[in-house]
Amino acid sequence: MIRKKMMAMLLAGGQGSRLGVLTANVAKPAVAFGGKYRIIDFPLSNCINSGIDTVGVLTQYQPLRLNSHIGIGIPWDLDRNNGGVTVLPPYEKSDSSEWYSGTANAIYQNLSYIESYNPEYVLILSGDHIYKMDYEVMLDFHKENQADVTLAAMPVPMEEASRFGIVITDENRKILEFEEKPENPRSNLASMGIYIFTWSVLRDALIAKKDQNNCDFGKHIIPYCHEGGKRLFAYEYNGYWKDVGTLGSYWEANMELVDLIPEFNLYEEYWKIYTRTDNVEPQYVSSESITEKSIIGEGAEIFGEVYHSVIGAGVTIGKGTVVRDSIIMKDTRIGENCSINKAIIAEDCEIGDDVQMGIGEEAKSKLNEEIYAFGLVTIGENSYIPSKVQIGKNTAIAGITEKEDYPDGVLAGGEYIIKAGEGK
Amino acid sequence: MKALGIILAGGSSNRMQELTNHRAVSAMPVGGSYRCIDFALSSMSSSRINTVAVLTQYNARSLNEHLSSSKWWDFGRKQGGLYTFTPTVTATNNWWYRGTADAMYQNIDFLRRRHEPYVIITSGDCIYKVDFNELLDYHIEKKADITIVCRDMPAGIDVSRYGIVRMNEESRIVEFEEKPMMASSNTISTGIYIIRRRQLIEMLERCAEEERYDFVSDILIRYKNMKRIYGYKLKTYWSNIASVESYYQTNMDFLKPEVRKFFFRDEPKIATKVDDLPPAKYNAGSDVRNSLVASGCIINSKVENSILFKKTFVGKNCVIKNSIILNDVYIGDNTHIENCIVESRNTLRANTYYCGDEAVKVVCEDNARYVM
Repeated sequence: MIRKKMMAMLLAGGQGSRLGVLTANVAKPAVAFGGKYRIIDFPLSNCINSGIDTVGVLTQYQPLRLNSHIGIGIPWDLDRNNGGVTVLPPYEKSDSSEWYSGTANAIYQNLSYIESYNPEYVLILSGDHIYKMDYEVMLDFHKENQADVTLAAMPVPMEEASRFGIVITDENRKILEFEEKPENPRSNLASMGIYIFTWSVLRDALIAKKDQNNCDFGKHIIPYCHEGGKRLFAYEYNGYWKDVGTLGSYWEANMELVDLIPEFNLYEEYWKIYTRTDNVEPQYVSSESITEKSIIGEGAEIFGEVYHSVIGAGVTIGKGTVVRDSIIMKDTRIGENCSINKAIIAEDCEIGDDVQMGIGEEAKSKLNEEIYAFGLVTIGENSYIPSKVQIGKNTAIAGITEKEDYPDGVLAGGEYIIKAGEGK
Repeated sequence: MKALGIILAGGSSNRMQELTNHRAVSAMPVGGSYRCIDFALSSMSSSRINTVAVLTQYNARSLNEHLSSSKWWDFGRKQGGLYTFTPTVTATNNWWYRGTADAMYQNIDFLRRRHEPYVIITSGDCIYKVDFNELLDYHIEKKADITIVCRDMPAGIDVSRYGIVRMNEESRIVEFEEKPMMASSNTISTGIYIIRRRQLIEMLERCAEEERYDFVSDILIRYKNMKRIYGYKLKTYWSNIASVESYYQTNMDFLKPEVRKFFFRDEPKIATKVDDLPPAKYNAGSDVRNSLVASGCIINSKVENSILFKKTFVGKNCVIKNSIILNDVYIGDNTHIENCIVESRNTLRANTYYCGDEAVKVVCEDNARYVM
């Protein structure tokens, strides 16, 4: 078999629990983004656009959507005779069986997959960031410096640096020290969780640390390499990069797309983002509709008004309904005369008529005040909201709800309705 | 499915004006996101026909580009596949396709080597959705030699550009006239036929011997009384693209809720080549009414009763009314477009005015595109 120069390992097994009900049934990389895409489309498209044609996708948490989305990789041109995309779930072994207990542990458990391609370099990616990056340029940097490990790092505002893993480098970008969420950061270069390893170095490190509990790249493998005197470099990246780990940042990143010329531009000719779509038909906007400052996916039918929102493919918005500052995902149907404000509504939901979302004052969430903040209404996939109910801010709904679930027809700010185990 | 498919996609039409300068009719963009031939291909694919031959001749570059991969229609299985046949010079032949029958005859080896008992022949210029399994069941039930898919046209429609059939009470076709001056009925042939493969081979060979080349006039009409030819009435949407007017009207039909539902929402859906374009974007100032908008469009102004195909850019303060804007058109600021079809890849300069007064105007500009 032809030796691969560089292959990628994409970590897509995380739940992304801070996305609340959005990731109740799907892994975070499979969450919809930007009216048409799923989060994993960005690293996968970056791979193929960077000339990487061999990608292992490590899955663990709720992988169904992810599996069917990736399939054999046709949308990304990753259906290859030699290489291509391979989905790698945890598996049973003769002497032990364990889940992936950490990012590096997941790679360790798939050593034989990487060995089979015998690459010179391995790129480690995570499946939960929105960005466009040419990994080949990063590889050139890695080679120029004869590095053993290269981390992608981006400058962040100094006052925010204490939230990140910070690298301290010399003038040649050789890494001298690491600081994890330092109180008094000495640098503002934050690690992005993107690594290029020379394969032999990574293999040795993974084997050396194989008994480490919850073996993690940031916590164990990188420090091990650093302590072992390996050459670690920081590759500075200055483009758009967004961690969509919280509902707030997820909402914000979507809303940024509707700016006149957004910083993250999906409409550029080069560096296309690929995805699997079932919908190819055009969208319809009716005679009574207003659509402004929005992006709308294929096959949507708009009979109402949409302002400053991201509408997914196949969505129907009824007559008289006004949608503002919201994200509506694929195939959701919203009835007539609703008022939807600052809501995130996941896929395949059904919203009745005369529903009001995002009313009243903000209140702290009773479910989890860290997750359900930002004044958002969050509705999980396959939910049903009956007609004529009012829903406050910082609320969460999942499942088939009935009129009786809303006291006096109102779900007050900070409240939640989670109906588990019910499908449609 | 026990049939193979043949799509006749070689035709041009001078009534399409400049629109067919760049492509065959089968490759015309339709319904915002599709090409004409997608409808025939999707009907075949969703009827589980595995083997489809597309016969091309006129200006096939755009069509070939569209058919560059068969995966969009889920052909390309180990059994069967999607084939395109363009005329080639052989030891025994150096003619172009001289007619529809000749086109099939020149590829008779393909017909001989297949094993499917039936052949479904259709034109690449028609917009429809047919379950060919039902057609085959009907064909077998009637013990027909050939079954023609027919359609009753509403009264008052000029049917003289179609083939006109008359059926008896058993649905057997008793009369068939091609483009008559005076039509004797309002039932037309849709150009979709089913026939046993061996029967077709035999008829094509005989036809070639007699130096006859047209499937309709030299086979259907001549064999009308000799063979059992039946009509199968199609009740759902069907339209043929042959002129600028019919092309415009067919596209505008997609603004009707029942047509949208039939093609966009009801299964099986129509498949087409995937372009990987971002969703459409509506900026401040956009005012879109009763229109279809395909992916990759960016809109900054007024659009009414129109169809914007993929990747249309509409500048500020424009008015686009009752118009069809084909793929990848850039429209500069303050432009007025009314009753027009704007050819794909056009760049319309700012402050320009286009209006079709009596009839739909076809706009073909050759301006260089500035930085977008």
